[in-house]
Amino acid sequence: MSTVETKTTSVQDAPQKQETHVHAQPSSARKLSTFLSTYVFSKDHKVIGLQFLFSTLLWFLIGGLLALAVRWQVAWPWSDVPVVGKLFAQQGGQMAPEFYTMLFTMHATVMIFLVIIPILAGAFGNFLIPLMIGADDMAFPTLNMLSYWFMWPAFIAFGASFFVEGGAASSGWTSYPTLSTNVNSSPGAGWGQTLWLIGLTFVGVSSMLGSVNYMTTIILMRAPGMTMFRLPMTIWAMFITAVLQAFALPVLTAAGFMQLADRSLGTGFFTPEGNIVNNAIATAGGGQPLLWQHLFWFYSHPAVYIMILPAMGMVSDILTCFARKPLFGYRPMVYSVAGIAGLGFIVWGHHMFMSGMNPALGTTFMVSTMMIALPSAVKTFNWLGTIWAGRIQFTTSMLFALSFVSMFIIGGLSGIFMAATPVDIFIHDTYFIVAHFHYVLFAGTAMGVWAAIYFWFPKMFGRTMNEFWGKVHFFLTFIFLNGTFFTMHILGAVGFPRRLADAYHYETFHHLQPLNAFMTYCAIGMVASQIIFAVNFFWSMFYGPVAGRNPWNSNTLEWTAPSPPGHGNFDFQPIVHRGPYEYSVPGVESDHLMQTDPPNAAATAAAAAAH
Amino acid sequence: MKRLAGLFWSLLFLAVPIFGVITFAVAPAYDIWLPKDVSEHGASVDGLFYFILWLTGGVFVVTEVALFWFIWKYDANNKKSEVKYRHGSHVLEVVWTIVPAAVLLFLAIYQMNTWADIKMRRPNMAPTVEVIGRQFEWRLRYPGRDGVLGTPDDLHLVNDLHLPIDEDILIQLKSMDVLHSFFLPNVRIKQDAVPGMKIPVWFKAREEGVFDIVCAELCGWGHYKMKGRVTFESRESFEKWLEVKYQEQEATQASNAET
Ligand code: HEM
Ligand SMILES: [Cu+2]
Ligand SMILES: [Cu+2]
Repeated sequence: MSTVETKTTSVQDAPQKQETHVHAQPSSARKLSTFLSTYVFSKDHKVIGLQFLFSTLLWFLIGGLLALAVRWQVAWPWSDVPVVGKLFAQQGGQMAPEFYTMLFTMHATVMIFLVIIPILAGAFGNFLIPLMIGADDMAFPTLNMLSYWFMWPAFIAFGASFFVEGGAASSGWTSYPTLSTNVNSSPGAGWGQTLWLIGLTFVGVSSMLGSVNYMTTIILMRAPGMTMFRLPMTIWAMFITAVLQAFALPVLTAAGFMQLADRSLGTGFFTPEGNIVNNAIATAGGGQPLLWQHLFWFYSHPAVYIMILPAMGMVSDILTCFARKPLFGYRPMVYSVAGIAGLGFIVWGHHMFMSGMNPALGTTFMVSTMMIALPSAVKTFNWLGTIWAGRIQFTTSMLFALSFVSMFIIGGLSGIFMAATPVDIFIHDTYFIVAHFHYVLFAGTAMGVWAAIYFWFPKMFGRTMNEFWGKVHFFLTFIFLNGTFFTMHILGAVGFPRRLADAYHYETFHHLQPLNAFMTYCAIGMVASQIIFAVNFFWSMFYGPVAGRNPWNSNTLEWTAPSPPGHGNFDFQPIVHRGPYEYSVPGVESDHLMQTDPPNAAATAAAAAAH
Repeated sequence: MKRLAGLFWSLLFLAVPIFGVITFAVAPAYDIWLPKDVSEHGASVDGLFYFILWLTGGVFVVTEVALFWFIWKYDANNKKSEVKYRHGSHVLEVVWTIVPAAVLLFLAIYQMNTWADIKMRRPNMAPTVEVIGRQFEWRLRYPGRDGVLGTPDDLHLVNDLHLPIDEDILIQLKSMDVLHSFFLPNVRIKQDAVPGMKIPVWFKAREEGVFDIVCAELCGWGHYKMKGRVTFESRESFEKWLEVKYQEQEATQASNAET
């Protein structure tokens, strides 16, 4: 546990700031409390980051298994479910339609609220922000600890909801009233839905605590010399994501409480007058179902960017490192992230083109949505510019980062179809949409997360992951994901609707079963490939080759700290002299200049010449 | 060996545009493509779809091939040339901001008219039929002999919609309970049915035939089976059918009254 290591960096001008921990010989009670405060109720941002990482990876597994069950039903409706079929024996091993409805609702809920959002902000945000800006911890360590522990009520609420009467929520992750507000509307609309709303609220509280912390930390705690425009893209992305969270989240939280009140107090915010569900008594009403959609998407559209911007930032940093080249267009990259965030607040209506919202308003949202594709395009071109004329090293991390770019192109382009209102008439609520968001969220963000895990694993655990098996993992995931998701575009072109337990009784769709079966085989392969990842991850934690401080010869501050960094992060005071992307500077011997390396005349000259 | 690795990975990335294009090229041959369109406005929807498909398809191929090319050409084990120490390019940034902006703006303006035709320029007429979504069926209500909806002589049916071709149809869409979505794949029409709202839907069918009515908005456990059929037929046979149904309804009402 000693945090004092010999310095291996070239920084000599930094004042020493060494934290020496003196651990007295603890009694067993003291031992327990030390254990608890170090690993469980830790206020150290790195431990909290890892807690988020392990929890979200576990939920990732659960979400993946839910997805397989969904795919099973879509490919072979009403056939006996293998292995786990006996567990829900109501139908003798078959899946009931209400069970299927619950499955896709909870698949999306788990993946969005318990995996993607917390793994980006919670795991990587926590772990990386102080390290990459040269701070010893977050601004508010206690809030930070709470942001993790507030996830637990959410874990429990979502987890327990599977076991309550009627099962977990089953009104889709979008939870549209009146299906969600009227307890008579479906089996999962009882306790399952209430627990869903409670869980959502806690996730929101957790995100909010994180977001306040990240903003404050990035604004106030940067190391000397670390100006805003010397921040790595990862940090810019985390910063803007935190701003998005802070502004959008209160709306969702309020809407969630309104829905809870509708359900339990009969307030009727979202229920119109005389609403009769399932032959029950008409409700008093006086509300509007569309109100929920506006409030929900006012949060959830910005949230889709919350779910990708940090990945974009991390991928930008990984691409530069393994292309050994400065980031192409640093400022345009920053501005386009900001542009996406700003525009992200005025496009929510594109989820509501068919909802009955004023069609003229739809046109306005169409224009803003078209425009939000622009910063995405600018980012893509700059990534291509970054690897152009570089020296590409095919590490596992780089492969995942490159695939992020390749896959994001697909997801961005399919967005244009749906932004076109007349085309959206046909493809809204079909598999085209499902294809779109899996390309941005799975093929994009999840691949970016893997890139980040392989990249920062040495910093987290002091050892590198196995490269060979990493590449096998990449290859299989890449093939299977495209097999699963690319085909969804053409399903969508037929109009194949999402969320149907069995669509083959429609004349229009009855011939699509073989294609769906193919996709399910690919999905099984995709989930199975993650076994390789899991084994590699845990094996490498203990037996991987020991990594030094800077195994990838990267430039940013976290690589000047020990691997793993001790409490307080740095064993010297980092002082920043340049931006994070000084790779292959002409006239400089090493092919990288770390942010802390002392000023270098050749580098200054080269930078001036290159501008 | 290392060189081969670079080749292998770059080819993997080249496979993306290749298989991407192949998928879209062969899908129509297997009928995994836009279903038959029998509406008047559908051609402009499909036209826009194809326009965007070609446009994005072009961008897709160019960017993915560029990605492949860079990966292959700038493989560290394969090349000796210097890394270009560049932080960006003003000219390029301007070009690749302005050009997509212009294209996107054009797209936005180009489609407005189609959208307005389908969703904003409602024909000035009384509703042909009222369609009411209910878990898990489509309830239909035709104005009876008096031609006015909401009078006691209305004709009530379930899931079996008949409509005349070659004339404007105006549907009044409602929902009794939860959200539904009235989706006619072959007419390129989709509209959510919202409790508490009366939403007009209009189109003109140009071909006779029987087609699916699909519910496209999650409405509960039975969402998948909320299926209706729409029959497009000539004015005469439509009226004949209406008359038959009307008499059937009167007959059942009469027998109900007796018992
Ligand atoms: C190039 C920019 C993008 C455009 C133009 C775009 C456009 C759209 C549109 C118009 C819809 C609604 C489609 C419909 O329901 O009919 C949609 C849905 C969606 N988009 Fe995007 N999008 C873009 C990028 C992204 C990104 C980066 C993400 C996430 C990281 C994302 C995630 C989603 C999700 C999750 C949905 C579906 C929500 C649902 O209905 O369940 N999109 N997108
Ligand atoms: Cu959106
Ligand atoms: Cu439905």
